[in-house]
Amino acid sequence: MSADALAAAHPQDPSVSVLEVRDLTVATGGHTLLEDVTFSLGPGERVGLIGESGSGKSLTALAVMGLLPEGLTAGGTVQLRGVETDLLRIGERERSGLRGRRLGMVFQEPMTALNPLMRVGHQVAEVLRIHGTVDDREDATRRAQQLLADVELPDPVRIARRYPHQLSGGQRQRVMLAMALANGPDVLICDEPTTALDVTVQAQMLQLIAAGVADRTSGLLFISHDLPVVATVCERLLVLYGGRIVEAGPTHQLLTRPRHPYTEGLLAASDLEAVDDQGRLPTIPGAVPPDGRFPSGCVFRNRCPRGDEACTVWPGWTGREDHGVACWYPSGAPHG
Amino acid sequence: MWPAGTRAGHRMAEPEVIYDVRDLVCRFRQPRTSLRHRSPSLTAVDRVDLQVTAGQRFGLVGESGSGKSTLLRCLAALQQPTSGSVRFRGQELVGRRDRQLRFLRGDVQVVFQDPMASLDPRMRVRELIAEPLVAQRAPGSHERVDELLDAVGLPRGSASRYPHQFSGGQRQRIAIARALAVRPSVLLADEPVSALDVSVRAQILNLLQDLVERFDLTLVFVSHDLAVVRHVCDTVAVMRTGQLVERGSAEAIASEPQHPYTQALVAAVPTLRRALDGATPSTLLRDVPSDTASESLVRRDPPEPS
Repeated sequence: MSADALAAAHPQDPSVSVLEVRDLTVATGGHTLLEDVTFSLGPGERVGLIGESGSGKSLTALAVMGLLPEGLTAGGTVQLRGVETDLLRIGERERSGLRGRRLGMVFQEPMTALNPLMRVGHQVAEVLRIHGTVDDREDATRRAQQLLADVELPDPVRIARRYPHQLSGGQRQRVMLAMALANGPDVLICDEPTTALDVTVQAQMLQLIAAGVADRTSGLLFISHDLPVVATVCERLLVLYGGRIVEAGPTHQLLTRPRHPYTEGLLAASDLEAVDDQGRLPTIPGAVPPDGRFPSGCVFRNRCPRGDEACTVWPGWTGREDHGVACWYPSGAPHG
Repeated sequence: MWPAGTRAGHRMAEPEVIYDVRDLVCRFRQPRTSLRHRSPSLTAVDRVDLQVTAGQRFGLVGESGSGKSTLLRCLAALQQPTSGSVRFRGQELVGRRDRQLRFLRGDVQVVFQDPMASLDPRMRVRELIAEPLVAQRAPGSHERVDELLDAVGLPRGSASRYPHQFSGGQRQRIAIARALAVRPSVLLADEPVSALDVSVRAQILNLLQDLVERFDLTLVFVSHDLAVVRHVCDTVAVMRTGQLVERGSAEAIASEPQHPYTQALVAAVPTLRRALDGATPSTLLRDVPSDTASESLVRRDPPEPS
């Protein structure tokens, strides 16, 4: 395939993004759910996509994976390194050749993502065999056991013979990760992978994800509503609100010098140790509007302390693609 | 942590004991797995001793399956324990019939995690909030409902709407208003902010703080999130496999945990501060003793002889 030839031409070149998403827009009927989402992912780079429920995080992941539910249409471009055609425009057959091989994904709920009737070892081996990574059946079984051992499942030979319902939530999520990493994908997308897990299990899972993408120099898109989790895993963050990226930047800078009022509010509300002298937490007034009913212009303006007339028009992006903000009144001095 | 309530200051040295739990055991039978053996059992709460005094904000922390919700249900007398004693203001709750628990229902109210599951979707907000008053044979007036809506920060017009017309945070406000309707002195909260978005979580935590202070409530707050418990509570007990492994002031538990399990729990929580100091996922794990992070936290009893 020409795609593979191209990928081989510049393998692991850090200057070439593994994934380029430009002006991604998802709409249903009259509603626009996601608008002009633009970001790129370098090899080995860990990027966090943060936002509250209804902000469009999962839609972004599904659009990139080509898994949007019926009735939703995607616009813009999604470019995977070495694949000439835009992922939004290639046929389902070609796309399924990429999913599970070049694009891996871990969902929030492993019980719905795993096949309940198939032993988990078999499910991991299937990913290897379907994409022709391993031809021989026994080899695939052995590789699957190795992959299960890599995600630190105790006694992988025994675990491989179990069905999903016989495993705990944390173990199932590890199986999902083993499957997603099986073919050494260029891009790993994790959508709230630890939200349903206990904190000690979460810590192990985060460590496995970080180690897994480091070993394979895969680009990681880590989606979560939990700011401390994302900040621990990722080096760069994208803040999504109302289907728009409102701010982007390196983790440390974004957290210490947020510029968008929403990022500021989110940060303040996440930090339970920062309270005023009455012991009260800072809050963002109001709530995320239900499905797509965000105001026109700046999507945050109805909850924003700085919102005024100017905000009835979308402010547009200022700064670089990987470090900038979309706001008429951003905090701090403009960065250059 | 919230500032100490004014109430404690006025009181004499010995605050009233609200809950006195002794040697509480709660065991459940599980579905049988074999025809030859008896069905296995699971000990959700295992010999727990516990005291909650008036005005206290008592936090119960633990991971899933640790038995914290079962313990809370025992406090609310929604669950009959296998053995042991739960005294509420000196009165034994264990072994009482529902009919004999009316005094408790008027004084103790519960807020659950998922308001969509705990609020009847076919009742209007007015009926939802007034229902506990009717059950207490003190039918609610419109004014009382309006008063409660004001207290939880919802517009009075909400009274004629249905739960599905509200956002998650607003629904939790309705659940809180309903709990406060009978003017309880004790509020039991089971993961009340776990299903909420971060920005809304802060609103509900502030609301709970206001109400606890304003109505002099004693609060028992169950959560898996140590950071939330530390913010809300003054006293914290840590639960694991049905047992209390450590208890102390919220400050001490968070900053100097003594029990290895608590230490692991504290170490494994990602925080913004630590992330800014350069913490990575491996930092979170460094202090977790490997046996502590085992995944089967639910204690299964050894099989009984058939």
